[in-house]
Amino acid sequence: MSAAKALDGLAGFAVRRVIGAVVTLLAISVIIYVVFYVAPGDVAQITCGPRCSPAQVQQVAGQLHLDDPLHLRYWHFLQGILAGQDFSTGTSVQHCDAPCLGLSYQSDQQVTQLILAKLPVTFSLVLGAMTLWLLIGVGTGVLSVWRRGRITERVLTGVTLAGTATPVFVIGLVLMIVVCGQLQWLPFPQYVPFAEDPEQWAWNLLLPWLSLALIEAARYARLTRSSMLETLAEDHVRTFRAYGVGERSIVGRHALRGAVAPVVALAANDFGGSMGGAVLTETMFGLPGIGRELVHAVNVVDLPVVVGMVLVIGFFVVVANAVADVLFAVADRRVVLS
Amino acid sequence: MSEPFVALGAAEAGTDVVLAPASGARQFWRRLRAQRAALLAAGVIALLVLVALAAPLLTAIEGQDPTTYHPRLVDSASGGVPVGAFGGMGADHWLGVEPQTGRDLFARLVYGARVSLGVALSATLLQVLIGVVVGVAAALGGRWADQVLSRATDVIIAMPLMIMALALLAIVPGGFPRPVLVAAIIGLVAWGSIAKIVRAHALTLKELDHVAAARLSGWGPWRVARRELLPALAAPVITYAALLFPLNITTEAALSFLGVGVKPPTPSWGQMLTQADVWYQAAPQYLLLPAGALFVTVLALTVLGDGVRTALDPRAASRLRVGTGRRREAKA
Repeated sequence: MSAAKALDGLAGFAVRRVIGAVVTLLAISVIIYVVFYVAPGDVAQITCGPRCSPAQVQQVAGQLHLDDPLHLRYWHFLQGILAGQDFSTGTSVQHCDAPCLGLSYQSDQQVTQLILAKLPVTFSLVLGAMTLWLLIGVGTGVLSVWRRGRITERVLTGVTLAGTATPVFVIGLVLMIVVCGQLQWLPFPQYVPFAEDPEQWAWNLLLPWLSLALIEAARYARLTRSSMLETLAEDHVRTFRAYGVGERSIVGRHALRGAVAPVVALAANDFGGSMGGAVLTETMFGLPGIGRELVHAVNVVDLPVVVGMVLVIGFFVVVANAVADVLFAVADRRVVLS
Repeated sequence: MSEPFVALGAAEAGTDVVLAPASGARQFWRRLRAQRAALLAAGVIALLVLVALAAPLLTAIEGQDPTTYHPRLVDSASGGVPVGAFGGMGADHWLGVEPQTGRDLFARLVYGARVSLGVALSATLLQVLIGVVVGVAAALGGRWADQVLSRATDVIIAMPLMIMALALLAIVPGGFPRPVLVAAIIGLVAWGSIAKIVRAHALTLKELDHVAAARLSGWGPWRVARRELLPALAAPVITYAALLFPLNITTEAALSFLGVGVKPPTPSWGQMLTQADVWYQAAPQYLLLPAGALFVTVLALTVLGDGVRTALDPRAASRLRVGTGRRREAKA
């Protein structure tokens, strides 16, 4: 196969993957529309919230185009998101710019603005924690394979097993009570923007990072260990040994290579799961990210905010998976064929 | 009718049957019993199930119930700290009382076991049911059915469970029993991965000679699925369900911890932890008991899940052991 043809296949794969991602996003938007705006009984009342007057409910019903047939209503919903729309708040008309996810029924604020304002907190939390758990997880996995058959491996296997069995909020509570409460090593976390003071940003996020990362690291350590052990049992590794390649190189280079693909795949697909962890961590530590905002919106039934959050998080998950797939195809051309 | 096909398939495939049907319940038990950790975990889970089932009996012996307030057992001046040593532990209240409300902690803990295990089990069964139906239908249906069902599965996988569950719990009318609701939502949102695994296994099985023979002889898809596929799918499905069960326990606990899952007065371990950080100094057992219960339950289920996988797929387990063996060889 010529290089040009392989690249063609790769470009074709990337295009197909992007189209697939767009289709998935549309499907998610349909499901979310049906679940949140069609399935419940009195949509206008739920959307407007429990404190709405009958007149306000009427107005919301008009904005939702409740009298139109279903496909038209969905079209309005999609059009509103992609092109922006105007909302009348009784006295004045507020324009909501594209990408418009509606207005919060609590604060009349644009949901898109609301999410954008909270996003840096969540990204700080998730990306920092992800770096930590990849380092700790893969490191622990490699160490337990390097020391296999010894006491170190047993201890690490036990610790990682216990880690996978601990809910994020339990380890978060314990860390918070011990480190902030009993030992007073760190103050209770308060979010400081990175641009304002990078050092304070890191210190305040240290505990939330650890709470999220320690649990995840345990899963990555287990995966790294089992992938490496499987590679070690393969014939080519036996051949390396026969040629006299040292143990350090066998474990550190050849076995570790076998763990890269599964670990990267898990990391790419973990974005959605880590958002769940972010919800818990943010709520527990009082970090003003989109996770805590979502819990708040759920508790006060602020439907536009809830739906907007779900759409945005779904968007990030789909994009993360598509990017990971394309990167994989670049790294390993065999993926394109399947 | 099915026996000749099985014989034919086995004879032609020789020893190279990739997905041998589950090697029989007796062999499974033998392999599971050989693992001490898994056996211990199974014992712990059996005990927990027993406690959950006997919750009314146990609380009747104690003479308490999980919902009655005991305002006189908490010190209202200090904001509701339990009166007496160790958070009010004693003959009347074995594990003390809850801060603020004075509800019996032992009763809430054992009734909480019902909620945790019951919700997670129902959710797992629902996930398995949907996953198997979708996965088998995708594998046996035509090209279009496969396309549609596989896309639907991808979409479901792309929607993060915690986020979707939170959002769905916001719009459900209040009158619904919360434990049922939480179980239904977990089951309906998180069946994607099991459907994907079932489809992959069913596609491999479909190519085996005895299944192909059954299809060619005019068996309908329903009969092929029931007689040929489902028995062989049992092993991967059980393995995966054993993985999902502890995850579902954690999810229910997390949702209840956030205050949107199982709501008071119904007790749940996750929900009990919501206020635990406020009270940890005055009543540490209010934090330690539900957290410990969650930890032990999820740990036991995870260990048992590992054991079940080893018992059902000894090849995977021996692959992992080979790595250790080589090292010993090298040293010797």
